[in-house]
Amino acid sequence: MQHTSTQDTFVGLFVASGIVGLFFLALQVSNLSSFTEHDSYTITARFQNSGGLKVKSPVSAAGVKIGRVSAISFDPKTYESVVQLNIDSQYNTLPDDTTASVFTAGLLGEQYVNLEPGGSDDYLKNGGKIEITQSAIILEKALGQFLFKSAEEKK
Amino acid sequence: MDNSAIPQNSLVSVQNLSFSRGNKKIFDDISLEFERGKITAIMGPSGTGKTTLLKLIGGQLFPAQGTITVDGNNVHRLRRTELYNLRKRMGMLFQSGALLTDMSVFDNVAFPLREHTHLPESMIRTLVLMKLQAVGLRGARKLMPNELSGGMARRIALARAIALDPMMIMYDEPFTGQDPISKGALVHLIKSLNTILGLTSIVVSHDVHETAAIADYIYVISEGKVVGQGTPKEIEQSESEWVQQFMTGAADGPAHFHYPAKDYVDDLLSTGKRY
Amino acid sequence: MRLLPCTLNLKLMTEFLQQLGQNTRTSFTKLGRGSFFLLQTLSGTLSVLIRPRLLLNQMYSVGVLSFLIITISGLFVGMVLGLQGYYVLSDFGAEETLGVMVAASLVRELGPVVSALLFAGRAGSALTAEIGLMKATEQLSGMEMMAVDPIKRIITPRFLAGFLSMPLLAALFSAIGVIGGQMVGSGLLGVDDGAYWSQMQANMDFRDDILNGVIKSIVFGFVTSWIALFEGYDAIPTSEGVSRATTRTVVNSAFSILGLDFILTVFMFGDN
Repeated sequence: MQHTSTQDTFVGLFVASGIVGLFFLALQVSNLSSFTEHDSYTITARFQNSGGLKVKSPVSAAGVKIGRVSAISFDPKTYESVVQLNIDSQYNTLPDDTTASVFTAGLLGEQYVNLEPGGSDDYLKNGGKIEITQSAIILEKALGQFLFKSAEEKK
Repeated sequence: MDNSAIPQNSLVSVQNLSFSRGNKKIFDDISLEFERGKITAIMGPSGTGKTTLLKLIGGQLFPAQGTITVDGNNVHRLRRTELYNLRKRMGMLFQSGALLTDMSVFDNVAFPLREHTHLPESMIRTLVLMKLQAVGLRGARKLMPNELSGGMARRIALARAIALDPMMIMYDEPFTGQDPISKGALVHLIKSLNTILGLTSIVVSHDVHETAAIADYIYVISEGKVVGQGTPKEIEQSESEWVQQFMTGAADGPAHFHYPAKDYVDDLLSTGKRY
Repeated sequence: MRLLPCTLNLKLMTEFLQQLGQNTRTSFTKLGRGSFFLLQTLSGTLSVLIRPRLLLNQMYSVGVLSFLIITISGLFVGMVLGLQGYYVLSDFGAEETLGVMVAASLVRELGPVVSALLFAGRAGSALTAEIGLMKATEQLSGMEMMAVDPIKRIITPRFLAGFLSMPLLAALFSAIGVIGGQMVGSGLLGVDDGAYWSQMQANMDFRDDILNGVIKSIVFGFVTSWIALFEGYDAIPTSEGVSRATTRTVVNSAFSILGLDFILTVFMFGDN
């Protein structure tokens, strides 16, 4: 216990570098700064089929990420997939005739919700609904239809 | 609590104590008295549980039967905080010294003071130096425990044991493994601490001469029983074969040279077994 | 005396079952003692917080002295991940996602697990040996006789130091690993630096990835410190006993870390 003050310095350095490490992970690795869940509003979209969409999948418009999927549930009456979208509140000028579609990033990439703004002057508000939706393209289904069609054409 | 059986001037009183470890009975219904301000020695061959007795008195072990009373408190009935308060007034010198190896000699002696008092560091320094002076090792305060000889370590441990000015000290084999000079120093120390500080001392030992030189009263224990007791003179003149064997150091006698075993000839002839 | 074969079998069988029962009982007894020990240790927390000096001294020997091995290992693990990840990902033309791969493996798994394993080897074994030797040389017993509770004075500060150091060490490991991966990936192999970071940032989530990793390392720190201190405290006070206890610390810590990692991963990352 003789070199107490140097020991203290080392402990201080150690704790400080550990905290710097944690901050580094939070800011540089996970980009906590873009993690703004509190400043957002929720809208709902109903899809015939939401495909491989997951909670936390991105929501984008014109290729820019503007929110995340916050919940996905199945409506047992209409047999539809009810998807809740959390949109950053800075993007509060989405027209109420916006179209939502489930797209795939690349051929095998993850699925995301794409919003295509319409021409209405009324904007979607918290709790609003997107009326026009386009389901996910299921690869097997599309292939099946294509093969079926080409077989019919040959007849 | 019934204190009537305890003599007035007795600081530590052990009554009808039984203790076993596994199947082996270490103490079988023994009663001992330790008078205030006196040096009482407990003697007996190694392995008779002398250290165990000290741990029982210190409340570290629990007896199967019997009571141990220290300054009017039944040690094993005390609550934890009360026991700890009692221990502050009991010093114990372990055979190995039990110094804390990560601290210097000074810090070791200061340890109980720092733990139990809120004295300023300057006063702790004065107290520590006084205690170290008492054991003659004030000059060794900066050494680490691994730099000390066995005798020095024991003296430092003694300085630590008296740091809180206890009412009693228990010495666990203080003379074992010491050269004659260290032995002499320890004998002198124990005796002088006892008279100067008015301590009650309990010395557990099997070193006959050193112990007989300082003890006021001696108990000789063997196989869980008290086989002899009295002043050193009385013990020396004791007619008990057992006490005589112990005091003179005869190899065989009531205490056998051989560890219990089956018949020697049979054992040698029973071949085919590994042990 | 001759025994019929079937009697012999029966005898062996009974002996085996007896042994099995005995062992099971011993391990349950040990677990019980260990839990009691943990409770005692935790109950000393307050008295240590009043005297932060005790904690500080232990943070030095537990945390600071593990710093070097953790950072160097982190750097090399990150560099190897960068290299291996690059070779696999470039086959699919997906080098840009190297950052994601390196960060995800480090933050979720390798950071907490490898640093905990290193911690058990570096600090845990030292703690066990220290406590075991203190017991063997009657230092703990002596302390008790000086009316100082050895659990509160010796064990609790070490436990808290281990428990607090572990998440810091794991975070350092991961952070340095990510930088190591970047050094190899974009410095040596030519992955675009911007893609390395932006892909990582887009795909790593603070709560799901970083916080879960931190929680893992807290759990590992807790368990490793507990095992190390208990093995030391429970060691047979001889040189052989202490050496065995030290071995048990490393082995049991490793098993617990890997087992708990599996369980925690199932809970944390299982549902997506």
